[in-house]
Amino acid sequence: MSEQTPPTLATAGSVPPDPDRPTPVDRGGAPGTAVGPTQPPPSGLRRFLHGAAGRNIGLVIALVLVCVVGFATAGERFASVDNLMTILRFAAVIGVLSIGMTFVITGGGIDLSVGSVLGLASVWASTLATQTMAGDIHWIVMVGTALAVGTVCGLVNGVLIAYGRVVAFIATLAMMVGARGLAEMIANRQTQLVTVDPFLDFFRADLLGISVLVWIFAAVAVAGWVLLNRTTFGRRTLAVGGNPEAARLAGIKVKRHTMYLYAIAGLTAGIAAVMMLARTTAGSSTHGQYYELDAIAAVVVGGTLLAGGRGTIVGTVFGVLIFATLANVFTQNNLSISAQAVARGVIIVAAVLLQQRLAARHRST
Amino acid sequence: MSAPLELRRRWTLAAAATVATAALVTGCTSNTPVPEEDEGTTSSDGGGEAMGGANAESGETVTIGFSAPAADHGWMGAITRAALEEAERYDDVDLRVAEATNDVNLQISQIETFINDGVDAIVLLPFDGAALTEVAIEAMEAGITVVNVDREFSSPFAARTTVLGDNYGMGVSAGTYICEQVGDDPDAVVAEIAGIDSLPLTQDRSQGFEDALADCGLDVDNRVAADFTVQGGQQAAANLLQAAPEIDALWNHDDDQGVGVMAAIEEAGRDEFVMVGGAGSANVMREIQEDDSVLKATVVYPSTQAADGVRLARLIVQGKAMADLVEVEVPRTVQLYAPVVTVDNVEEYLPTAFES
Repeated sequence: MSEQTPPTLATAGSVPPDPDRPTPVDRGGAPGTAVGPTQPPPSGLRRFLHGAAGRNIGLVIALVLVCVVGFATAGERFASVDNLMTILRFAAVIGVLSIGMTFVITGGGIDLSVGSVLGLASVWASTLATQTMAGDIHWIVMVGTALAVGTVCGLVNGVLIAYGRVVAFIATLAMMVGARGLAEMIANRQTQLVTVDPFLDFFRADLLGISVLVWIFAAVAVAGWVLLNRTTFGRRTLAVGGNPEAARLAGIKVKRHTMYLYAIAGLTAGIAAVMMLARTTAGSSTHGQYYELDAIAAVVVGGTLLAGGRGTIVGTVFGVLIFATLANVFTQNNLSISAQAVARGVIIVAAVLLQQRLAARHRST
Repeated sequence: MSAPLELRRRWTLAAAATVATAALVTGCTSNTPVPEEDEGTTSSDGGGEAMGGANAESGETVTIGFSAPAADHGWMGAITRAALEEAERYDDVDLRVAEATNDVNLQISQIETFINDGVDAIVLLPFDGAALTEVAIEAMEAGITVVNVDREFSSPFAARTTVLGDNYGMGVSAGTYICEQVGDDPDAVVAEIAGIDSLPLTQDRSQGFEDALADCGLDVDNRVAADFTVQGGQQAAANLLQAAPEIDALWNHDDDQGVGVMAAIEEAGRDEFVMVGGAGSANVMREIQEDDSVLKATVVYPSTQAADGVRLARLIVQGKAMADLVEVEVPRTVQLYAPVVTVDNVEEYLPTAFES
């Protein structure tokens, strides 16, 4: 994976960049930062194609295609407000996970544990003890528990990876197995009903006709976009993912930063757990199974480089929406989940191939 | 969202072609045996005697949404297949199948889709009864008849009728059979290989087993849980056989995972005990019929529950009752029986057993 590493913005000024490789900043969604010296001044159309809209044009086309297929095959049943809300509510949980995953992958890592951590947080936040306390004090206790469990799991991942030098794949694989097991122990492998009604009333409500869960997804996505594109933290993330050694030489505390990235992924798993609790009105150790793979698929299809150094929140949101809409179209047409899995595989490969083509053309211009 | 007509037509074509290809591929590669076309091909009038007399007569068309967990298991596959076949028999049933995954989030959104579509009834086998309860209540509030199958909701307001297998009864049947086989030996070692422990159905089965064994002074000496898969059954059984060098009787909750359990038993070269299966798959019944392995009996958990659910949903929507009951309404709960199948009566049950 490391030989794919593009030069980073930290090195862009001092080391002559390889002309065959794009600098991460020009496509990494960090507008306003330096453009590599080999870039010609862009013309209008080219600027559009190379800008945020151009980067996501393939995703927009893909989403529109799925929608057109949905409309052509299911007509009004597909193109209704109710159905749109159904798609969004379904997308919200995986969407929040995917935002956290975008940070980890942009930073050059991978997190296989988010689905299990979601399950663990949902179980921990719905134990009798937590719920009793939440009933006595406030439902926010349940939210706090879920977020704390998620963040701590993420921190453990981060410490193991950054300071313990465990490969991310292995450290998070261990967390994936361990968190699921701990969730089963805590829940005694039973489903725990949420009985704190104010919690359910709050999260299952609609705000301006849109489910609170969808608002949470939107808020997390906006916060993630700002953090990645408009803050030093975001630029450091790109640098650490692009070339950790260069980032270290540029004065970035790479280890600490890596740890933060996994904590963010854990935090989003905690948020997703709260949403799952609200959506199912129950905590269960089986919640979130395989969601880590759904999240990784959405992030990669969205255009974030799996090797790190380039990340896009907007792309991730599109990736999530494409898969959620696809699932909906399949349901509308009575098609089997197995066929859907095949379609998803095709989409992932197609998206990655398309990305490589675009990147190649980008280089030659 | 309104595409030009030309484009739309093209996409309809493309989509149709894709669907056709998918159907072709599935048709060519499917390894499930073609179901015998005995009752399925007869018209609803011709097959009337099998369907409850006057109730079989065609009425207003009923649109039924059907959702079940992923057919990653022989029994679960048979559930969906039987429901489809049942719907085929009626010309007034329009069954819309959303083949769900084991992801409750997705299954919830599928039920929401049915609500949006305004179906007349929903037959739902939830992956997790508690997690699907709220959306089922929403469907009921929208005036849709919900028929809950196999895994129960956590609220009585979530379904009009519930079709259940008898999980507790399965445990009782298995325990009673084992009592008959080894009951005169109070020191007999009894082992149990459960399914997915987090499911209430597994807990019920184990409770029934324990209670029945207690009745003849036995208890479960070794218990492991698998996950309803062949692989899981193999692993769990291998561990169990290691832990218990001498067993008198073994109950395995599920015949699908039983394939793996049998593999582990053969691998270990063990034959000192009596094994009882669960659910009642066709290959287990054939093995019982041959009577040359440790497998001596199985306890049936009918794979036709969802088919019954479809039939009941149709009756309820059309305002009919169950013909063989005096009652004017379809009952609130229908619980199926869990008989023990042995070499003596296997002929009777083999035709309705599911292929795993």
